[in-house]
Amino acid sequence: MSAITPSPVTLGLGGRLGASKSLLWGGGLTLIWILLALTAPLVAPYDPTAQDLTATLRPPSLTHPLGTDNFGRDVLSRIIWGTRLDLAMGLLALVTPFVAGCLIGLISGYFGGIVDILLMRLLDVTMSFPFFVLVIAIISVLGPGLASFFIAVALVAWVSYARLVRSRVLVLKHADFVLAARSLGYGHLRVMLRHILPNAVLPAIVFAMSDVVITILLGSSLSYLGMGVQPPTPEWGVMIAEGQNFLATAWWICFFPGLAIVFVALGFSLLADGLAERFGTVE
Amino acid sequence: MDRFRFVLYRPLQLVPVLFGISLVSFVLVQSIPGDPVRILLGVRGTAEVIAKVRAQYGLDEPVLVQYFYFLKNLAEGEFGRSIIYKTPVLSLISTRIAPTLFLLCYGVLMAVTIAVPLAVTASINRGRWLDALVRSYSTAGLGLPAFWLGIVLIIVFSLRLGWFPVSGYGRGFFEHLHHLFLPAFTIALALSPVLIRNLRASLLVELEADHITAARSRGLPERRIFFRHVFRNSLIPTITLLGVNIGWLIGGTVVVEQVFSVPGLGSLMVGSIFARDYLVVQAVTLIFACGVILTNFLVDVVSVALDPRIVL
Repeated sequence: MSAITPSPVTLGLGGRLGASKSLLWGGGLTLIWILLALTAPLVAPYDPTAQDLTATLRPPSLTHPLGTDNFGRDVLSRIIWGTRLDLAMGLLALVTPFVAGCLIGLISGYFGGIVDILLMRLLDVTMSFPFFVLVIAIISVLGPGLASFFIAVALVAWVSYARLVRSRVLVLKHADFVLAARSLGYGHLRVMLRHILPNAVLPAIVFAMSDVVITILLGSSLSYLGMGVQPPTPEWGVMIAEGQNFLATAWWICFFPGLAIVFVALGFSLLADGLAERFGTVE
Repeated sequence: MDRFRFVLYRPLQLVPVLFGISLVSFVLVQSIPGDPVRILLGVRGTAEVIAKVRAQYGLDEPVLVQYFYFLKNLAEGEFGRSIIYKTPVLSLISTRIAPTLFLLCYGVLMAVTIAVPLAVTASINRGRWLDALVRSYSTAGLGLPAFWLGIVLIIVFSLRLGWFPVSGYGRGFFEHLHHLFLPAFTIALALSPVLIRNLRASLLVELEADHITAARSRGLPERRIFFRHVFRNSLIPTITLLGVNIGWLIGGTVVVEQVFSVPGLGSLMVGSIFARDYLVVQAVTLIFACGVILTNFLVDVVSVALDPRIVL
């Protein structure tokens, strides 16, 4: 028990070496997945939607490394093609909420007053709903599909960014360099976008990395439930839903797509940890 | 008892949020394309019933007035009728809420049982291989999809080993415990990484606090320092964390209920979405939001009760 030695207060791995390690592993893993998504047509051994009814429910073997599903489709090829959709869901869906959230946080924090009060009440209300429940409620109105998913995420996910940016802006707007810029006669818009935003956006970027994990999980869960990407499109959640009927005989249909989700998520989680430690924005 | 005064005025502060929640649920159903009466009643519906629904929801009035009708109905506990189940939505919810609450509590208890010993082990052995092991679990576990985890547990524990049923809720407390073991374990495995990360972080901060150094310099045994001084002070952040994560947890429960066919609010909501039973979707969404608010309120009360330094 004597191992508890006092050391400087750090919440992360401790020290710069550790920080760069998560960053390196996370970055590497993420890069591999992105490359896989880009080169899917070259890398995938089979056509992801080609059925082969003479080779259904085959266990993993040399010809089909991760086995085949009930239509004889190659599971490995479907996972590789699914990378495109799942990464796109995680990354593209966050563009709108990221931009909107940052701008709302900027405006709310900078101007304060009635604008701030109204926007923050809207934020409180949105945050009172469980994230997932609100997203599926919105999708129930819009109908299932990828477009509904993007809209629903945009409507719900902006709150975290708005909160992060706003709390930075509240501090920054009284900073000397901002007052200097104002006294030089620069307009509000220029001060907000050129002087405050670049200094306030970092925590939002770090959070976006872990939000990618949340959004990929959300997207694949929705597809699993039948509210997102529709079959026969190769997407990991869809594959898991389709394989669930064959659990007793063909576990590989469900198992490997889930593993893919875990490893994509791991890449972005490590990236988020690494960035948070590197820039000292550990919450 | 001044510290507990917030118990009286906090509900008043929540009134605007509650209004907002009702407004969002109202707008949700308003934005459904098509004739609301047809949607709310399904394909069938006699002229008499249609007239009654129009009057009840004020559907011929301007939107703002319709919202007041909606609030009035809510205040009277009138959530409308389900098209599919042909019963009042409120009674439908009251039969479905118990499995969900059971599952949530079961899952949280299990998650705490997993997370606390692991976080303690990691923080005591900071920087050594045990710490590294726990940390890799808590990082890799962040991306565990609950629905997939549930399926893997079904393959191993239901289909291969036959220890637990594949689905359902059972009758009586002990059958519930047995039937909901795998769903609760799924929730626990998905929730514990978040708990471990934060509990470990707060244990490490606590280990470096001045009163710990003081306790060490008085020659108290490390074990006693850890449990009497460090651990107790790290419990409050963990409880707060459960409050922060309740929304996320409810979302997970919706999916897990679907995987294991648990007859709770989550599977009711998912089923109603596919059946276009909008009043049920609306009511469940409202109930879940109120659950989040209530939980956060209770977390505040508990942390004030546990720590005399907290003033809200």
